[in-house]
Amino acid sequence: MGKASTIRRADPGTFPLHRVLQEDGSGLLDGVDSEFLPTEAKLLEIYRAMLTTRVLDERMLKLQRQGRVAFVGLATGQEAAIHGSGAVFETEDWIWSALREGGIAVQRGMPLREYIAHMFGNAEDTAKGRQMPNHFQCAEVNFPSWSSVLGTQLPHAVGAAMAMKRRGEPHVCAAYSGDGATSSNGFHCAMNMAAVYKSPVVFVVIDNGWAISVPSAKQTAAASYGTKAKAYGMPGIDVDGNDALACYQAVARATARARAGEGPTLLNLRTYRMGGHSSSDDPTRYRDDAEVAHWESRDPLPRLEAYLKAQGLYEQHGCASWREELVEEVAEAVNHAESVGPPALESLVEDVYAEPPKHLRRQVVEALRIVAEKGEADAVEGKFPL
Amino acid sequence: MVQAVNDGLKSIMREDDSVLVLGEDVGPKGGVFLATEGLTSEFGEDRCFDTPLSEDGIIGVGVGLAMNGMKPVCEIQFQDFIFPAFDQIVSEAAKMRYRSGGQYTVPMVIRTPYGGGIRGGLYHSQSGEAYFAHTAGLKVVVPSTPYDAKGLLISSILDPDPVVFLEPKALYRAFREDVPEEMYTVDLSTTRDVVPGDDAVIFCYGAMVPVATEAARRVKESRNKDVRVVDLRTLMPLDEDAVLQAARDCGRIVIVQEAPRFCGYGSELSAMIAEHAVEYLEAPIKRVTGFDTPFPNTLENYYLPDARRVTDAVEEVLDF
Repeated sequence: MGKASTIRRADPGTFPLHRVLQEDGSGLLDGVDSEFLPTEAKLLEIYRAMLTTRVLDERMLKLQRQGRVAFVGLATGQEAAIHGSGAVFETEDWIWSALREGGIAVQRGMPLREYIAHMFGNAEDTAKGRQMPNHFQCAEVNFPSWSSVLGTQLPHAVGAAMAMKRRGEPHVCAAYSGDGATSSNGFHCAMNMAAVYKSPVVFVVIDNGWAISVPSAKQTAAASYGTKAKAYGMPGIDVDGNDALACYQAVARATARARAGEGPTLLNLRTYRMGGHSSSDDPTRYRDDAEVAHWESRDPLPRLEAYLKAQGLYEQHGCASWREELVEEVAEAVNHAESVGPPALESLVEDVYAEPPKHLRRQVVEALRIVAEKGEADAVEGKFPL
Repeated sequence: MVQAVNDGLKSIMREDDSVLVLGEDVGPKGGVFLATEGLTSEFGEDRCFDTPLSEDGIIGVGVGLAMNGMKPVCEIQFQDFIFPAFDQIVSEAAKMRYRSGGQYTVPMVIRTPYGGGIRGGLYHSQSGEAYFAHTAGLKVVVPSTPYDAKGLLISSILDPDPVVFLEPKALYRAFREDVPEEMYTVDLSTTRDVVPGDDAVIFCYGAMVPVATEAARRVKESRNKDVRVVDLRTLMPLDEDAVLQAARDCGRIVIVQEAPRFCGYGSELSAMIAEHAVEYLEAPIKRVTGFDTPFPNTLENYYLPDARRVTDAVEEVLDF
């Protein structure tokens, strides 16, 4: 346990955080409980996933700046919280993500080509180009997409967990949200109902301090997001979200509790959004450079890297070449995506219902006739504002 | 009708143990209208259970249950209370199949009593079918008889898409009808001719079906004309062919809904007929509707279309 930083303007106050790793990553803090700490294999998985997300985000932002993808929501600075927690869950568990957790799908086995097909919204996107970029899904690894409406996925997690429990399955739902979504209806009703029904849900708030431009201090008057759990009748734990080991441990303990039928837990992983809300946002308009600089010095990636080096794992597993490998893999997937066209116009009316009703069939016939007689549709010139 | 709803739930729950019922007071109390009476005692609390007072929670949890292999039947106590769940219905349930490219689906039914006729004032009387029919991805079903209530409810539960099942509470105990004990279905997206006739047609649904039927009887007396009454039963997806055929057969059209007129369901129906069958029309299409006001209390009987107003409209299109 240590003290939270007070530099961050976003802080609602200072309160204790669960910590495992030294600030410089050189080793574990004194007196750390060893139960539920990640194994060596898990540590390497987490590091690889964190690095993958960093590399993907760097490339996606470049593509966005070049006008090749429309939008990207970066996870930069939050990778320990995202992948330290994401490493806990089994493939049969379901992950309910928000804007910045798409990397967990990759961590669970979603092919990079599929991830990038979605960023392009092309014909190989499993969602057929229907969502904005950064709304990833991968049914093979039980990863539904979020909707853009914040917090709505949280009661879904409760319902899906109730179905698991009813079938006697030992699985759990991981219900991710950001700090802003803790003010949403979905957060409230999901927390309440999960606790009432003792559903096997692990609520993971990735608290990056900012909901677009609104800091945590204006989001809640609670001492911390973790303390919100108390009123619902479940445990709540605030965790150093830049400490991959602490994130893993706290989430693993909550997951074991959920699997044992003891009900849900709220984890608040306190981290920082090092970039803007998205590729369209300019965060210098509303936050101090000093705050950003402070958190850049706490970048979770070199922190975990330092730990792997101190443990000898970095060298032993050849981690030094991983970044270059990942850059190449991503480049290959991007090149491929750019060779794939958009979804067929006919797909516009598919999947509204299991079978397209008559009025939809009529509408697509009309759309095809207009293309045949008047040519392709005018380009959409508008730019996404946030 | 409320017994037919109850019977429909019991029939399907005996056949399919993935069917779950959840909502406020649906457990031991059996629901405020007793639609879920006896379900908890027969099927246990894990198949019919009370929820906290949280409409968005009921529907949100229902979406998650449906995405993971269950067939939830969510009860919203009054349709007027559905709006906290509007986001879950419109943004989530309705769009899940589409936004996931068919990878995730929501086979869920939302049962809710709608409409006036019980002295319920603004917040126990509304008819919100147009909100839901306007939302791509939802099906909207409105029974008007006990037989249809059971058969359409079972079809809705078996349907792979989310269904808003609007039960006309004014008809819950309005009349009796024999309903088969066994499980049966009534196909969605089919209309029912309640009264035959070729001189004019009244399109209606839910609690307006008996009103329209009485109006047709009065017009037979006053004008000696045979007025067809068509119960739409499923508002979305509508059986367009049946509606257009009736419009062409009769040429004089009255549409009855108890919801407000502006952008109501009848507006779409009227536009659709005008677009596809205008050459068959022998009079302007008339709508008989609620007022474009919130739902009143004391003057409820003047707000709701009744046989008097519907008869007047039919006579007007016949006399045109």
